[in-house]
Amino acid sequence: MTFLKEAEVKSQKVLALLTFVTMLCAIYAIFLYAPTEASMGDVQRIFYFHVSSAWICFLAILSVFVYSALFLITGTRKMDIKAAAAAEVGAIFATIVLVTGPLWAKPVWGIWWTWDPRLTSMFVLWLIYMGYIMLRRLIEAPEQRARLSAIFGILGAIDVPIVYMSNRWWRTQHPSPVMAGGQGSGLDPHMKIAFFLSLAAFTFFYFYLWRIRTDLESSQEAVEALQRQLETQRRGTL
Amino acid sequence: MNYLFAAYSAIWILLFGYIFSLSQRQRRVQEDLAQVQERLGQKTRS
Repeated sequence: MTFLKEAEVKSQKVLALLTFVTMLCAIYAIFLYAPTEASMGDVQRIFYFHVSSAWICFLAILSVFVYSALFLITGTRKMDIKAAAAAEVGAIFATIVLVTGPLWAKPVWGIWWTWDPRLTSMFVLWLIYMGYIMLRRLIEAPEQRARLSAIFGILGAIDVPIVYMSNRWWRTQHPSPVMAGGQGSGLDPHMKIAFFLSLAAFTFFYFYLWRIRTDLESSQEAVEALQRQLETQRRGTL
Repeated sequence: MNYLFAAYSAIWILLFGYIFSLSQRQRRVQEDLAQVQERLGQKTRS
């Protein structure tokens, strides 16, 4: 990329390599190392990428929250760009959660979808991501767009604790938490390895995509600024 | 097994689709940059 320093390119390559290696290990562990779950069978293997995607949704909205707050405090454009990039990547992973969830639910529950607290609050989180992206597209003035989307991003993050706690606070169709879920929860040690490898792979992938998206947004802004400057000069000479 | 296949296919389609869209946008920015540089070059020559 034209605007990237050499060190940034190097760190991007390291992230890409880490993603590739951990993703390969995760895929091996999911399909060949982890045992088949007794009651659900092979379809339970959706769990590894489904939960990892949900984790990235939370991480991305946390990034939106932090960088939106930093933008409102400091007014630095870079913070707004980072928040916007995190929201777009988060929206992709939220879509993955909403697509893989029903594909797991249908053979296990016999239904694609139910409006229980966990599923509904997750759907609301997806709507928040979409609302954030649409808001940014609708407002043209950069300053106003950055300020309003920062406020929206901060308010949107309130949904995360609700999604996370929903199957602890209420009785839901969705299974109880398998990690840190109290008595009776937990995973087979082999499944645990596959699960943590998936989490690691998705986390590296998230940081890799976030960086690429941030650099792209910065480059776009720099080119637009140059175009505006040229246009102003052209008008001045007319 | 069909559901498992469908779920993992959907994941990879979404992820590769997003990576493709990022690369397309990156290409557009490069083209815009080349255009701006060309216009700047013309401006300094005149």
